[in-house]
Amino acid sequence: MPKLIIDGKEHEFPSGITLIQACALAGIEIPRFCFHERLSIAGNCRMCLVEVAGMPKPVASCAMSVNDLRPSLDGTPPTIFTGSETVKKAREGVLEFLLINHPLDCPICDQGGECDLQDQTMAYGFDAGRFQDNKRAVDDKYLGPLIDTYMTRCIHCTRCVRFMTEVAGVEELGAIGRGEDMEITTYLERGLLSNLSGNVVDLCPVGALTSKPYAFLARPWELTKTPSIDAMDALGSAIRVDARGREVMRILPRVNDAINEEWISDKTRHVWDGLRTQRLDRPYVRRNGRLVSASWDEAFAAIAERLKGLDGSRFGAIAGDLAAAEEMFALKFLTETLGSPNIDCRQDGAKLDPAQGRATYLFNSTIAGIDQADAFLLVGTDPRLEAPVLNARILKRSRHAHGNIPIGVIGAEADLTYGYDYLGAGPETLAEIVNGSHSFLPKLEAAERPMLILGQGALTRTDGAAILALAAKAAIAIGAMKPALSWNGFNVLHSAAARAAGLDLGLVPAKGGLDVEAMLDAASSGTLAVVYLLGADEIDTDRLGSAFVIYQGSHGDSGAHRADVILPGAAYTEKTGTYVNTEGRPQMTARATFPPGEAREDWKIVRALSEVLGTTLPFDTMQELRAKMFADHPHLALLDAIVPADAATIEHLASRPSKPGKGRFEPAIADFYLTNPIARASAIMANLSALHASHNDRATGTDG
Amino acid sequence: MSVRRLATHQPEGFAFTPANLEWANAQIKKSPDGRQASAVLPILWRAQEQVGGWLPEPALRYVADMLGLAYIRIYEIATFYTMFNLAPVGRHYVQVCGTTPCWLRGADEIKDTCRRLIGAPGQVTEDGLFSWTEVECLGACVNAPVVQIDKDYYEDLVPKSLERILKELKAGRPVVPGPQDGRQASAPLGGPITLTDPELYREEAGAPADPPKPGALKQAPRTSRRPKPR
Repeated sequence: MPKLIIDGKEHEFPSGITLIQACALAGIEIPRFCFHERLSIAGNCRMCLVEVAGMPKPVASCAMSVNDLRPSLDGTPPTIFTGSETVKKAREGVLEFLLINHPLDCPICDQGGECDLQDQTMAYGFDAGRFQDNKRAVDDKYLGPLIDTYMTRCIHCTRCVRFMTEVAGVEELGAIGRGEDMEITTYLERGLLSNLSGNVVDLCPVGALTSKPYAFLARPWELTKTPSIDAMDALGSAIRVDARGREVMRILPRVNDAINEEWISDKTRHVWDGLRTQRLDRPYVRRNGRLVSASWDEAFAAIAERLKGLDGSRFGAIAGDLAAAEEMFALKFLTETLGSPNIDCRQDGAKLDPAQGRATYLFNSTIAGIDQADAFLLVGTDPRLEAPVLNARILKRSRHAHGNIPIGVIGAEADLTYGYDYLGAGPETLAEIVNGSHSFLPKLEAAERPMLILGQGALTRTDGAAILALAAKAAIAIGAMKPALSWNGFNVLHSAAARAAGLDLGLVPAKGGLDVEAMLDAASSGTLAVVYLLGADEIDTDRLGSAFVIYQGSHGDSGAHRADVILPGAAYTEKTGTYVNTEGRPQMTARATFPPGEAREDWKIVRALSEVLGTTLPFDTMQELRAKMFADHPHLALLDAIVPADAATIEHLASRPSKPGKGRFEPAIADFYLTNPIARASAIMANLSALHASHNDRATGTDG
Repeated sequence: MSVRRLATHQPEGFAFTPANLEWANAQIKKSPDGRQASAVLPILWRAQEQVGGWLPEPALRYVADMLGLAYIRIYEIATFYTMFNLAPVGRHYVQVCGTTPCWLRGADEIKDTCRRLIGAPGQVTEDGLFSWTEVECLGACVNAPVVQIDKDYYEDLVPKSLERILKELKAGRPVVPGPQDGRQASAPLGGPITLTDPELYREEAGAPADPPKPGALKQAPRTSRRPKPR
């Protein structure tokens, strides 16, 4: 543990950190542009210079390890000054040099107000530059539909280049030229194609890379910033929703080391324009084949009339991918009160069953556990599309081990940004792992903490239940279940934000009830008379037959088009709702804006409807609902915490006989940018989807 | 130096000749496994020689694919090193040193001569024979001013001697590289002025040796080594 004297005080630091981190631990802020804790060290901005006693020149603190300093001649620990005259002059000099070529266009720059260069010039800069000549000008580059470039403002910190290479895992960005002519660009300006590319906008310390969809829409100080949780995938990434008045203007990541570190996918970041369009802002009732706007009373009356005297078994409810736990709990309550066993939250038909135990449908190793894992077996999943941030974490693990971690893939042969061994396409290969005949098995067995990640692509098939059991056998075969190390390497990667909560709450058919597939069949044949869709748009609405369809949701998507009554609900940024991520971690969103028009928070709609139906649910406020929900499902009350699921259930699952069919695992997600109603309403997502479709047509196979 | 861009007009494709391909593969084998990209500079240089002094865009992709590098990485390398030309050059590529010693000894006039006889820097003459550019120190300051034409240095230039060299090259006649004012290598003009004492050259017990006479050490003039098309 090296000791240092920083500004006269002696501290002890862990080995291997750099001076800039040591100063941070000692509570001293060092200004920086190029240094970023999650990226490699570049040391090219020189803003973090500090004075080290005995060294002739100031030292870049981001690139100097605490272990590399010699003690003074008299044996005292190395002495560092961060506030001396030398340091002050060094910072002023560096800023003067940086500003030589940086335009002073802050009033028309989107970064204004949240610009590192602006802030640090105010804090550490000199009052005026002495440079009298012309400034350099740089051509703007095309980096795709998400990133606006003003390359004259670039200070060459290379954070964006390092991010794309190291975290996003695609070598798309680079620095061409040299010296003052260095320019950040892609090869022949083809635009960035990674679905994590939006993060370079956050990383850019100046206004060189700004958000194109957000260009000139708002100033940071006008925005109300609401910390919340993302619902675009099942990770529950920490986000900050910036709203002005009634509109969400942008979505930024928050730091949460347990889940998303500080990255979010482009879908999470740019879906906000979909929150404004295609909104259901008043109830509708179908009259004479046409949907006409109605009042809440009229809508509820229409439902009450249809449900009057209806046998409970002819009613079914399907919860969608964006629903929060509260409304699902209320919907389940309502369905049970109506006497119906037909309820399901698994729109995609995944054969997961909460009755088999929580561990059988959760990402048990946790996302942070990826950092400890030393072998991976991906089954029927393309994490790059299903959870891009999680994929970046696997890449990080692989990079830290210099690619020496065995990663096996069974399923589609996709570009995951890291190297892997392709084992096979379907259950046959998984069976070979189980019976010990596969040549890749020894590599997995040799690992101390192997992870098996099972995607929805393997579970939505008709033989999904058998594959789930087979995967449990495989997890045991590769040694992923190590209770001694409290390591549970059996992981189900969900792709829907609502799924884990839905399974926790038991939104699966009760005894004799129908699942989604059976409900659609029953609706086609007419045995199911009323279907309640809680934001469920991922089903084949043509198969709803002549059933009376109640659609409750935020967006006019396929479900609403088919509906007989539309109840306008709130999107995930407009309500406080509990979401359980794929790890089983309950987190709560916060309301950033109000739902538009007459739309209401979803649990309230279910509660109000129950009153009209004469089966009033026993809660009048959110607090009462949550109290009831937490009483039934105590783990949901432990926000942000994971209650480890009982690993013994995996062994129980593995003991079930399983005879899966044949055929390759199909990808769970066809189009990353259009997976839910909000994304489908977003023009930005549509653009990205089209861009990727056109690029895939002429893909060369080398650039992902 | 200025911003470097790929040329507007690019050939359709690029591929190494079999001989060059074999050479390139040998270069790759010099590096340990997983470090094949270390061979990027010699291979790019060979590609530039094959094309005739510049790197077309298809060649960048060809070399990148060969070494398993991302295209952007090759692009970075090709734009970083100014000895990689990104646009066509003349058959004789004149690189004029403009750094301080040459500048003090008249590099400006040499550049004026190039401008007069060849055109603007970077521009290829209509017959495709010449193009020129200013480069940083060529490392022959003692013979300033210096230009490099293809692979040879022409030293101690004045506008007239450069004009003569360019004329000879244009006519396809051989030119003598090295100092153009009659001096021997970097020895003083007009012969040695130090170490001229004959005593220095007397052998211990032998007869006195003659002191060197001006021009006595002059070797037979070399003719220029023209780059052979590969």
